[in-house]
Amino acid sequence: MMIQKSFHLFRSICKKWKKCHLVMPSCSFTKIGCFHHDLVKWSSARYFHHNQRWQAETPRSHSTSLHRFPFAMVTEHDIDFFEKLLPRQAITDPDVLESYNVDWLKSVKGSSKLLLRPQTTEEISHILRYCNERNLAVCPQGGNTGLVGGSVPVFDEIILSTSLMNKVLSFDTVSGVLVCQAGCVLEDLNSFVEENGFAMPLDLGAKGSCQIGGNVSTNAGGLRLLRYGSLRGTVLGLEVVLANGKVLNLLSSLRKDNTGYDVKQLFIGSEGTLGVITAVSILCPCKPKAVNVAFLGCSTIQQLLQTFRCCKGMLGEILSAFEFLDSACMQLLQNHLKLTNPITESPFYILIETSGSNANHDEEKLHNFLQHAMNTALITDGTMAKEDSKIKALWMLRERITEALLHDGYTYKYDISVPVEHIYQAVQDMRVQLRDQAKSVVGYGHLGDGNLHLNITSPFYDSALHSLIEPFIYEWTAKHHGSISAEHGLGLKKRNYIHYSKPAEAVYIMSHLKNMLDPKKILNPYKTLPDYIS
Amino acid sequence: MSARVLVGVKRVIDYAVKIRVKPDKTGVVTDGVKHSMNPFCEIAIEEAVRLKEKKLIKEVIAVSCGPQQSQETIRTALAMGADRGIHVDVSGKDYENLGPLQVSKILAALAKKEDVRLIILGKQAIDDDCNQTGQMTAALLDWPQGTFASQVDFQEDSLKVEREIDGGLETIKIKMPAVVTADLRLNEPRYATLPNIMKAKKKKIDTVKPSDLGVDLSSQLEVLSVEEPSQRQAGVKVETVEDLIKKLRDSGRI
Repeated sequence: MMIQKSFHLFRSICKKWKKCHLVMPSCSFTKIGCFHHDLVKWSSARYFHHNQRWQAETPRSHSTSLHRFPFAMVTEHDIDFFEKLLPRQAITDPDVLESYNVDWLKSVKGSSKLLLRPQTTEEISHILRYCNERNLAVCPQGGNTGLVGGSVPVFDEIILSTSLMNKVLSFDTVSGVLVCQAGCVLEDLNSFVEENGFAMPLDLGAKGSCQIGGNVSTNAGGLRLLRYGSLRGTVLGLEVVLANGKVLNLLSSLRKDNTGYDVKQLFIGSEGTLGVITAVSILCPCKPKAVNVAFLGCSTIQQLLQTFRCCKGMLGEILSAFEFLDSACMQLLQNHLKLTNPITESPFYILIETSGSNANHDEEKLHNFLQHAMNTALITDGTMAKEDSKIKALWMLRERITEALLHDGYTYKYDISVPVEHIYQAVQDMRVQLRDQAKSVVGYGHLGDGNLHLNITSPFYDSALHSLIEPFIYEWTAKHHGSISAEHGLGLKKRNYIHYSKPAEAVYIMSHLKNMLDPKKILNPYKTLPDYIS
Repeated sequence: MSARVLVGVKRVIDYAVKIRVKPDKTGVVTDGVKHSMNPFCEIAIEEAVRLKEKKLIKEVIAVSCGPQQSQETIRTALAMGADRGIHVDVSGKDYENLGPLQVSKILAALAKKEDVRLIILGKQAIDDDCNQTGQMTAALLDWPQGTFASQVDFQEDSLKVEREIDGGLETIKIKMPAVVTADLRLNEPRYATLPNIMKAKKKKIDTVKPSDLGVDLSSQLEVLSVEEPSQRQAGVKVETVEDLIKKLRDSGRI
């Protein structure tokens, strides 16, 4: 049996390192033969990063931590083939490759020698068919803005960039359905649909660089999820090229289609490991005519949660974003980016955005809510804006925190989702756990979605600090029945922690799907699924 | 001090908005476009409010000339700390022809009426970039002017104004009553906080007509056309140096 084999393989690998035990979160297992028995036996043990090889992340080069799978190496013959297939877009210049090999956080670096930049789905189909036959590994790459090391090669995988596939294929101005190639930059798409009075259903800080194909393959969340839902609902169709080069055309623009299993859902969030997305059909909502932003101060977590509850009740359907940040974040913004705090110092700050079709109606609702919040002392101070320039300035306080953290030092990033009541508990518990060892411990995020971005910084990478943080944070999350990666995905850095949030049978099904769609494992290897799967 | 300060605030298209020219080339599209207070007027209000907080002046009056919507701009000024507002109602054709000369006549009339000691304006408006209203107002009142101010120090009957000029910084001393126009580095305007926004709702805004002030709004200027700047041409990439030289020769550059 498959599970038995992988389980024995896993245990034999573990036996090589002494003191290696496995911890299982308190999930309920259904019986699947002897695998279940052994898991239960091990459930009370601890998992150590005993040996460097098992560490999920090292700054700069990663190749010391993992074994390269036995893929073929790229030869002159292969390069000739690609150069004929993609004139001038088969790049081997090491200077150009340098930036494609490193992620945005500059925390992981691959050593790919070949970058391919196709412009059509056919080209991608030829590329993958060839790579599948030759057993060459491929790392699909969009805007390279991912935060878990999933967008860059680990070893010498061929980088398959969608950057040149940036055409809009069609836009229906009545239904708002946009069909475009996977390499379109999110901000460009937003500008395009805005001309016709629509907006993209997602928005993230990386919008100037991230590409829609990458957004879909990582099931990106972002700032508008509260209002427009996740990509799983707004993506109506996909065109995907499978590992063997076959083009799977599921590019429909229909809102409703219940004909069989919804196969496209497999590719959304699969981080490029099941297929390469080449075109997306997405439903765009109408651009709101009236947008207001309020920036408020709260003195306790309880008040923060109460404000959220009150907000949902009084603002209801016009609420489009509810974000929070703590005073440590504000400190970083002031120190590193010289941004000013628009209101008086508070332990917590909230950013509320409303979007609607009638300015007067929205303003009245917002004013009533703010008046109520002030009178009942839920908030201590606040400001509001309806002009574009001021709205941008207030959003910067939330969107630029990631940038400010980069300036503060080496950042350990965690993105967890837990029931809303516990959202800040992780930050407080982490501060107790780390005492004074870390430079900054900050918490911010999409309070409306129960999603916390917990970030810790230190002047340089510190493995002692790292081992205090992990697996503490993952165990904490599992204890609260949360997700260890709410929206960032697993990529390279979190692939081996999947068991903290998913039961073994789910991982088993995932590995079967992977085997079915990519038997040679050439698509984005070393990512998303845990190492013991292979 | 019992001085009163008059601050002019102009309602302009918000600077973050993409400007579109009307198809008939008579002007810029303003319908349904987000407007806000001119950034330099915000700096002017901030300066006036700071003077009041330092107890150097008694009252800050915010003035705006324009249609009904100008009252929103005055409300913002009140939320930032102004004491009361005056809305000079100008709409329709008169509003289209409203320029620095007309506004400075209005401000001069109001300054006399309200017995004002100091007028603070933004150095220019971001929609017309005229940079004339402050200077014209001072001339009409025969008052000294401190323009492009990056620092203002109150000294009994006079002001020490540090001005940003092409060659650097110039410091002048002018007697009050005077006109000062604010430059970018004078201060950083505050955000209007909620308690002040709520208070501002109760502050008074008086409405007057230009005719009440005895001002004639006729203009000597006529806008002939408004056009977008020419589109930037795409660049051309060439493969070799020979190609480059050939292209330069063909286009007559060398």
